[in-house]
Amino acid sequence: MNEIILYAVISLGAIGVIAAIILFFVAQKFKVIEDPRIDEVEEVLPAANCGGCGFAGCRNFAEEIVKAENMEGFNCPVGGADLMTDIGQALGLEADLKDPEIAVLRCNGSCEHSPQKVQYDGVKSCFVANALFSGEGGCAYGCLGCGDCVEACDFDAMYMDEQTGLPVVKDNCNACGACVKACPRNILELRPRGKKDRRIFVACMNEEKAIPAKANCSVTCTACRKCEKVCKFDAIKIENFLAYIDPHKCTLCRKCAPECETNTIWEVNFRPRKERPAVKEQTVPDKIAEKPDSANPLTKKDEKSDTAVKDASSESKGEAKTDKQV
Amino acid sequence: MTLKTFKLGGIHPPEHKISAGKAIELMPIPTQVSIPLGQVLGVPSIPIVKRGDQVQVGQLIGKGEAFISAQVHSSVSGKVLKVDGVPDSSGYRRNAVLIEVEGDDWTDGIDRSTELNRNIRELTQSDIIEKIKSSGIVGLGGATFPSHVKLMVPKGKVAEVLLINGVECEPYLTSDHRLMLERGEELLVGCQILMKGLGVDRAIIGIENNKMDAIDHLASLIADYPGISIQALKVQYPQGGEKQLIKACINREVPSGKLPIEVGAVVNNVGTAFAVYEAVQKNKPLIERIVTVAGKSLMESANFQVRIGTPISQLIEKVGGLPEDTGKVISGGPMMGKALNSLEVPVVKGTSGILIMNAKEAKRSRAVNCIRCGKCTAVCPMGLEPFYLAQLAKYEDYSGCEKNRIMDCIECGSCMYTCPSYRPLLDYIRLGKTQVGKLMRSRQN
Repeated sequence: MNEIILYAVISLGAIGVIAAIILFFVAQKFKVIEDPRIDEVEEVLPAANCGGCGFAGCRNFAEEIVKAENMEGFNCPVGGADLMTDIGQALGLEADLKDPEIAVLRCNGSCEHSPQKVQYDGVKSCFVANALFSGEGGCAYGCLGCGDCVEACDFDAMYMDEQTGLPVVKDNCNACGACVKACPRNILELRPRGKKDRRIFVACMNEEKAIPAKANCSVTCTACRKCEKVCKFDAIKIENFLAYIDPHKCTLCRKCAPECETNTIWEVNFRPRKERPAVKEQTVPDKIAEKPDSANPLTKKDEKSDTAVKDASSESKGEAKTDKQV
Repeated sequence: MTLKTFKLGGIHPPEHKISAGKAIELMPIPTQVSIPLGQVLGVPSIPIVKRGDQVQVGQLIGKGEAFISAQVHSSVSGKVLKVDGVPDSSGYRRNAVLIEVEGDDWTDGIDRSTELNRNIRELTQSDIIEKIKSSGIVGLGGATFPSHVKLMVPKGKVAEVLLINGVECEPYLTSDHRLMLERGEELLVGCQILMKGLGVDRAIIGIENNKMDAIDHLASLIADYPGISIQALKVQYPQGGEKQLIKACINREVPSGKLPIEVGAVVNNVGTAFAVYEAVQKNKPLIERIVTVAGKSLMESANFQVRIGTPISQLIEKVGGLPEDTGKVISGGPMMGKALNSLEVPVVKGTSGILIMNAKEAKRSRAVNCIRCGKCTAVCPMGLEPFYLAQLAKYEDYSGCEKNRIMDCIECGSCMYTCPSYRPLLDYIRLGKTQVGKLMRSRQN
């Protein structure tokens, strides 16, 4: 009996040793030599695998950045400037810092502003609804309200506001761009967070002329060109009957918003305006007017957007302007 | 007469042909029409009128220059208000010509008499095709494919038989049925013109046997029209589908992704045959069509002869206005029709009916999980697996959709009708089809 146990132990032990030797040589032979810095970089990345950097996950980003030996064009929107500086130091490279961004919803066609005309009874997906019809409010450019963007968000940074029927981007948005891709109507846009988290943008995507646009929504851009005229920094451009504020040229002077007759220009996180007789009441929704959490580290360290372009010429723009407004 | 039908799949929805006994009424000319320039399955036409122009009935207002495109004619006389984007049935803006009606002046050369003209001896094949093309005739069954393109048989293919589609398998719709009863002779002459245009000596008119009066009526007339025969078909949806009709009538199967000409057949709707008669014999372009207005809760259902461009609201007013419990207004039949976004959209060449559903009928049941019962696969007339295609489209595997032949889907809606879990199969399949279509086009370019 003892002998059997002994043989078993010896033979198994021998197999083990032989296998170990084979494995050792095989491992030597097929060794994958990998830059140890990849692991180092991956370690500090957020491991969210959101794809916001444009690569297939954090590991791929680390591999590419180490391979490139150059940080130009590499940016992890989740980690922000801090993380990129850290990586830059670890790799001995200079980080290509970007302004922190946030997704903004360029539509204010809530149930109140764009009343429901028809009821959509189909699949609850913006992608499907967009292929079928123009929307419950009738606007062919506005939010469909099925929440594809909310579903796409990996960071719990969006929710549907039951009252307005529109999605809301919370302050913890990392600007990974998943919602931007999910939206079939390209309403969501990544814009710089701005100094002190303040932003001004046109909350409309409607490219129709004033009369048909206003038939569907009370807060549509009518392309009246008043904002374009008042802007001294050449930041506002009107194309296809729609105003667009270039965030890199805008100095947040707030001159344009009171000019807008339909309250389409949103001012986010500004102090309430001082009462002035000619200025209309602001109808910025409560959710936006609230001060943001000061807990966000990204916005605190943002000094970059301070140096907004100030050299924009204020001379008159050449082209003749015809007011399309009615 | 032996009844024939197609073998694969198919369903039997309740027929509800409530307007079958109602004679075709002439709809009064509206005060304003909006004539869309994209009434064809192909490239939209180019407007050749501008604001302020005076137009007459039958005047050309939109030119179709591409190969798969069609001419658009004014259906009324009056002044062009504007040429602009007007919301179509989906709410998206499409280019249309808005005309304010003034009187009823017809262009010279249109024969408005109702006298039957059977003389087609002098016509040549190219005459017929040219006439059909210049009259802007498209398939009036609903797909609106330009009819002259169907008659131009590609090189290497031979047309053997012309099939005339009088099936009208969609529930509620009766416009083709009434047309066969009231315009039977004209229809048969149109059929002969199409045969001559195609160069075939055989035509079969397929009619489901729930329209026995139409079958009997046409059968009593065909003795004077050599080459034309009538085939009674067993009632089954979607027999009016081109490929299903070919299978039922001549027992040939169109290969996947190919056109009917591959098996030597060309299919035209009865409405198209009538329009061809009017175009060739009476020189009248396609400016009118028969539209069924039906609904369970309507005071009365009716069949109207309507000028293209008439707002749908006027048709509904004519039958006593929208009932209070209306849930949906559908353009087309209940199976393949499209719910309308607004009642101001115009009647177009492809509008075969307006269906008013009450709130109870219109409501979709809540979709629950797929139980893999396979009913959708069993009823699919194209032999596809709808549950699988819908799933692939939902998760954006469009190459998978293509491999599983999503483009063969005829969107008949049988799968969704039969699904015990009320799954929105067709919604996803349609989405998949658009995406696969884009993929295929990008590959071509």
